[in-house]
Amino acid sequence: MSAGSRLALLLPAFWLLLFVGAPLLIVLEISFSEVISAIPPYAPVLRWGEEGLRIALNPENYALLIGDDLYIHSLLSSIRIAATSTFLALLVGLPIAHGIARAAPRHRPWLLLLVILPFWTSFLIRVYAWIGILKTEGILNTVLLTAGLIREPFVILTTEWAVHLGIVYAYLPFMVLPLAVALERIDPAFREAAADLGARGWSIFFRVTLPLARTGIAAGCLLVFIPAVGEFVIPDLLGGPGTPMIGKAMWTEFFGNRDWPVASALAIVMLVLAAGGILALDRVQRRSGEGLS
Amino acid sequence: MRTWSLLGRTLAALLFGIGAAGAQDKVVNVYNWTDYIDPAVLEDFTKETGIKVVYDTYDSNEVLETKLMAGKTGYDVVVPTSYAMARQLQAGVYRKLDRAKLPNLRHASPTLQDRMNRYDPGNEHAVVYMWGTTGIGYNAGKIAERMKDAPTGSLRMIFDPEVVKNFADCGVNLLDDPADLFSAALKYLSLDPDSKKVEDLQKAEAALMAIRPYIRKFHSSQYIEDLANGDTCLAFGFSGDIVQAKARAEEAKKGVEVVYKIPREGAQMWFDSFVIPKDAPHPDAAHAFIDFMLRPDIAARCTNAIAYPNGNKDADALVKAEIKEDAEIYPPAERLATLYTISPFPQRLQTQLNRMWTRVKAGR
Repeated sequence: MSAGSRLALLLPAFWLLLFVGAPLLIVLEISFSEVISAIPPYAPVLRWGEEGLRIALNPENYALLIGDDLYIHSLLSSIRIAATSTFLALLVGLPIAHGIARAAPRHRPWLLLLVILPFWTSFLIRVYAWIGILKTEGILNTVLLTAGLIREPFVILTTEWAVHLGIVYAYLPFMVLPLAVALERIDPAFREAAADLGARGWSIFFRVTLPLARTGIAAGCLLVFIPAVGEFVIPDLLGGPGTPMIGKAMWTEFFGNRDWPVASALAIVMLVLAAGGILALDRVQRRSGEGLS
Repeated sequence: MRTWSLLGRTLAALLFGIGAAGAQDKVVNVYNWTDYIDPAVLEDFTKETGIKVVYDTYDSNEVLETKLMAGKTGYDVVVPTSYAMARQLQAGVYRKLDRAKLPNLRHASPTLQDRMNRYDPGNEHAVVYMWGTTGIGYNAGKIAERMKDAPTGSLRMIFDPEVVKNFADCGVNLLDDPADLFSAALKYLSLDPDSKKVEDLQKAEAALMAIRPYIRKFHSSQYIEDLANGDTCLAFGFSGDIVQAKARAEEAKKGVEVVYKIPREGAQMWFDSFVIPKDAPHPDAAHAFIDFMLRPDIAARCTNAIAYPNGNKDADALVKAEIKEDAEIYPPAERLATLYTISPFPQRLQTQLNRMWTRVKAGR
């Protein structure tokens, strides 16, 4: 290994240590501390006393996370909402991506641009716009009521439906882009061969196209699922108090309850779970990769 | 959006130790409640003093406290509620006021400053800006449609499940604030609203849990807009905010009539005061700002805009008659006697209270 490439490795390592490792250690420390009324609002774990270094570990925060079913419930409900939304985004995204992949090559860049276009407007404003559409006296209800299709306004805002809608809407481009790329790469010869061998439209799609696009599907699902689990803005603005999500729980601990230790403990637990999930996924992918080669 | 910008700013403040502006003395960074000032007053302050106002808002004492306790917020003037301020004072967050720089302090209402003495011994740190009550706001038409003899002036509107369930379909909003809701629930149960006994608080939690299925939202500022345009038909909120909703509904002319009532069982009376954080980067500008706000004409203009009574004894003559004569905004003496105040919770109990509140909101 040359000196140059060693340096190239050292820099990111240093960066990670300074901006990920060190803050993480601080969060870990706070997660074992106790709330007090002071600046900052927690008692330090490591204290220099008369008899030297004293360590006051307070495991209560973790005990609370396990003891109070609120957090487990929030986590499970986050995973459930994220999984459903991911599935819905896949259902909506597949035809769009399929359409883009099958479009004439000179149209593709424009179609992809249209998918990315919403990013030019602030995420927050786009989520806010949904409030205006979904609320009881909002656009959707006004249109449906005037058209005589419903008699009582739908309550969609502050329900789980609104959260699903918001997540699918906001993360759809992350699903469409990898799908479109994967579908585009598939050699038309495969489909032609399948057709020659007697497969029909849907059968080709499910038995040839989808399996060949599975890396794109996996990438799109991960890109939607992972941020959706920790999503805070969408459940906060569109959801109600009945849709507990882990991002909101953390916000409440930090801001509402001014409980940094519990918020930190929650962050650590989430990190361990996420890291565990990614490692497991990595192992699965490697194994399937070995199987292929 | 508010919450999100708050979060962003808080993160920025935490990470970089900046709140709003740099260290030159021609700026004052003010952090106040949402919908809590006549914005034109800020422009006039800049015109008269040459000091630019960087104005930022919050809608809960908890968020303010989180930022203050993180330290180095960059804010020069903040406006906490009395009981929250008392706790923050104990944590050493605020600096003493320099009375020599506040000539207009002579306009401060002695009765109110006297009440504040309980939270800020000797009135050394805080000057009352506005005060108000926490009570019931409702959409008159929608309530009458759903329940003919609704007990509109009573806490039963919120805390009696048999009553509040009638309004679940048109939207019920509660403040996202444990102190306000628990004290009101205690009052409804005829217990001491300032009780610091765990068993009392548990009874209040049970009462809140019983009405939880009928609550659509817990939010401390959105209800102004929602009441005004009919998205919410019943809210437990701050007096002036609901009166502002009433004014906005009248302006919109969509036939929404909003009413504010101080519950007849009694309501929480609270005081919001100007205080200067210890690490304020522009203490002189902060004093200049507070002194300006203490002018009777300025205090009256703010009251006219936000419908909260101010802490100024010489401003009453300049307040609009429709506000001054509204018994729900300026309660007469016999109503004043039914109002109560609350004191800060000790840290351990506060943590327990927060847990209970988190459970109530989640409904489990």
